[in-house]
Amino acid sequence: MNKSFPDVRAALADLLRDGLSIMSGGFGLCGIPEACIEEIARRGPRELTIISNNCGNQGQGLAVLLQQRQVKNVICSFVGGNPDLAEQYLAGSVAVELNPQGTFAERIRAGGAGLGGFFTPTGAGTMVASGKEVRIIDGRPQIFETPLRAHLAIVRAQIADRFGNARFRRTARNFSPLMAMAAEVTVLEVDSLVENGTLDPDDVHLPGAFVQRIVHVPHHHDTIEFRTTRPRESP
Amino acid sequence: MSWSREQMVRRAAAEVRPGQIVNLGIGIPTEVANYLSPDLGVMLQSENGLLGMGPFPYEDQVDPLLVNAGKQTVTALPGASTFDSALSFAMIRGGHVDLAVLGGLEVAANGDLANWTVPGKLITGMGGAMDLAAGARRLVVLQSHAAKDGKPKLVSTLTLPLTALACVDRVITELGVFDPAGDHFVCVERAPEVTEEMIRRSTGAPVQFGSPLGS
Repeated sequence: MNKSFPDVRAALADLLRDGLSIMSGGFGLCGIPEACIEEIARRGPRELTIISNNCGNQGQGLAVLLQQRQVKNVICSFVGGNPDLAEQYLAGSVAVELNPQGTFAERIRAGGAGLGGFFTPTGAGTMVASGKEVRIIDGRPQIFETPLRAHLAIVRAQIADRFGNARFRRTARNFSPLMAMAAEVTVLEVDSLVENGTLDPDDVHLPGAFVQRIVHVPHHHDTIEFRTTRPRESP
Repeated sequence: MSWSREQMVRRAAAEVRPGQIVNLGIGIPTEVANYLSPDLGVMLQSENGLLGMGPFPYEDQVDPLLVNAGKQTVTALPGASTFDSALSFAMIRGGHVDLAVLGGLEVAANGDLANWTVPGKLITGMGGAMDLAAGARRLVVLQSHAAKDGKPKLVSTLTLPLTALACVDRVITELGVFDPAGDHFVCVERAPEVTEEMIRRSTGAPVQFGSPLGS
């Protein structure tokens, strides 16, 4: 079975429509599927539900979809440093559901793993607990969190083979493998596409069972949000 | 003389034990890393998926795909590992992070913490704060003793939205070191020349002076 598509236009062609729920990997701008996001911006489907930790930052990444008024709901954990989202949230044109980051990750994992949800002490007694079932487990109040799934996941990996076995680089892994598990269709955007057998099975971060489509995108901008460095010690 | 910001950060660094796995929150807590000797063998955890975080890179080492939870470029030390966000928060929620140092807006005498939002101000989101506060084995909060308008930040009952219940083990302010003890704080250390009276005046809960029980 050949999962690879010649470009993102082809890979997303029959998938994009109004009202779609989309999971997008990345932490801020680190490890985002740039080409897939650009194609969603170009095609312009509206009323989208975006499930992503930060929903883009500083006017880049998913923030472009906000600027184009394509987004109706955002499910995330952090909206700071994201003026497009803040503005539309305050104006009431975008609904934002905030999750503790670990709850966000685990809800996606639960969605991908076929679980009905989980109890966690995180958020107990807080605004997050509002309307949720509470149980005392191991002597602590814990709240029930439901699984998250999406129509489409767009994730970016460093390298993948034609079956979709993928490896991520450094902290670009973040939510990507979880999201790939939790969507009806996952489109994988990879820096390098190799033949099956190239990756050692022990080195696969995401097995190809969770990937339906693959696009080779050799160049990424990889914008750095905060370039922090230290001076070399003088000899 | 109350402690300077640097002295507060140094005092927080003294809370770190050899070999611990430590998560430092965004902002002032991040600076604690500057005062941890490599001999301690401490592994810093960054909740976006890195254990064994090193200092900022040299200019020619910058990797856009290696950042900390504040999205600053960092390095990975020998012995480091990277992982996905579910595993990262399993590490945090499962009690595998020995110590977290976070900033605070208010701490109550029973250990309740508020540090993620202020009503009326633009919401930024809790990020990993609720998970770290609820999940770390030990939580030290690094914050000013009172707000700029003099309103106490060590209080009997929180006035700001809760981050996590009864989670704070120790608060370090410019006036000293305070342990939540139920209906009061125990002051276990005072900054030089800071009097008991000065502390009582700027604290919104009863303060007992002396060593905490069991230490």
